[in-house]
Amino acid sequence: MLSIENLSKVYQNGTHAVGGLDLSVEPGAIVAIVGASGCGKSSLLRIIAGLELASSGVVKIDGIPLDGPHDRIGVVFQEPRLLPWLTVKQNVGFGLAHLPREERLYRAELALLLVGLSNKANAWPRELSGGQAQRVAIARALVSRPDVLLLDEPFSALDAFTRADLQRHLLEIWRGSESQPTMIVVTHDLDEAVALADRIIVMRPDPGRIIAELPVNLARPRHRAQPGFDAVRHRLVALLDRRSADAALRSA
Amino acid sequence: MVDLPLTETPAPRRRPALSWAPYVGLVTIGGLLLLWTLASAFGWASPVFLPSPGRVWDAFLRVATEGYANATLAEHIAASLWRVFAALIAAMVVGVPAGLLIATSRVGRGILDPLIEFIRPLPPLAYLPLIIIWFGIGEPSKVLVIAIAMLAPIVISTVSGVRAASDSQIQAARTFGASRWQVIREVMVPAALPSILTGIRIALGAGWTTLVAAELVAATRGLGYMIQSAAQFLVTDMVIAGILVISALATISELGLRYIERRYLPWIGKS
Repeated sequence: MLSIENLSKVYQNGTHAVGGLDLSVEPGAIVAIVGASGCGKSSLLRIIAGLELASSGVVKIDGIPLDGPHDRIGVVFQEPRLLPWLTVKQNVGFGLAHLPREERLYRAELALLLVGLSNKANAWPRELSGGQAQRVAIARALVSRPDVLLLDEPFSALDAFTRADLQRHLLEIWRGSESQPTMIVVTHDLDEAVALADRIIVMRPDPGRIIAELPVNLARPRHRAQPGFDAVRHRLVALLDRRSADAALRSA
Repeated sequence: MVDLPLTETPAPRRRPALSWAPYVGLVTIGGLLLLWTLASAFGWASPVFLPSPGRVWDAFLRVATEGYANATLAEHIAASLWRVFAALIAAMVVGVPAGLLIATSRVGRGILDPLIEFIRPLPPLAYLPLIIIWFGIGEPSKVLVIAIAMLAPIVISTVSGVRAASDSQIQAARTFGASRWQVIREVMVPAALPSILTGIRIALGAGWTTLVAAELVAATRGLGYMIQSAAQFLVTDMVIAGILVISALATISELGLRYIERRYLPWIGKS
């Protein structure tokens, strides 16, 4: 169970990126975080990943507080961030330096199999397409078998077809992995949020806080023509529109 | 009805961009050779100052076969190559870690940066006497003089390479639990390699430049020594032959480094 308690982040320039945020995510759930730019969703993700320190509050996994990057958390960034001097397999195995070489390579090969790129194990990152590189990034995040997988706008740099393909593929990977990790996906793409998440968190800036949580009870795989898909999407649009959200909050 | 063969319109072939630079370079060299030949043929300059290309070629053959100033050309080249590459290794052994320290540690920067800035603008001839007083006239002094000249470019290029390592790659490495040392070793150093290699290329240039100064004192072999000996007796054809050999060696080492870059750092410019 991932729990975030009373989390705040104030930057040195005075920006109040996150203000007193509480969130619990049950194991194996997929949560999408949406909100306007500057609402603190990326800051929240970076704090959970251990890349930034919170000004106050705590992030816990199964009750254990985290104080930095941790192998129980995997991260997929907007860009693949592969190291160009390592092969695909070496990139995937990068985070397993503490393991013996044989096991490291074996697990990297398994992770590549999971994302359907075993045939690219010895390729260089420059030889991959954008979608393939992002799949390698997913394999790299999954190789340490994390409890929580954080995805920061993972498909936003890709074209629409590749994005849809990777969303579908991500769910297949999630279902196919040994222990389905909790996934937290930060996205601007409302369709992506509805297609992936069990629960959608809507954030608002100044300071970054949660203004609404929307459960998504649609059968998977999801697509836009599915009954109920547009209803969830319209509700999200309404929540993201400041005036309608204010009215919704007042009536709640 | 006529069945037309199913053919695809071939995509227009893109012609590889023609690079005229090598041809222009060859024309320039050819032009200079021609001018040199004409100048010596028509006596525009005294043969003492400008011997003909033929005489320089003869000098080259003479030193290659009979030797000049106590050694054959191969022995002079071997002595100089040893000095330059021993100095290069010494400069790399000191310079790369020093650059890493400057780039990654405030204390390292505080201690080493002023030293490098002090050494960087010094001409080798200025510190050569001091090196001789301190370390004598033996081989170590010659190597040290060249190494000092090579040090600053290597340190500076290492610092700039490490600083150019992408924040996003460092951050990605940290999320996968990489320690500070692992980030330095597996992200910063590889990211800095292209810049370090550029530094080595600049350093080699500085090394060849300093070679003549280093071989001024108590040398018995080496291209710099050979040129100095020839200059003392106005054997200009031998001086020019020596200069051309140094230039050829510098070009070969530059080509070697470019090959290493292509062979072992294939990601450069393609990441």
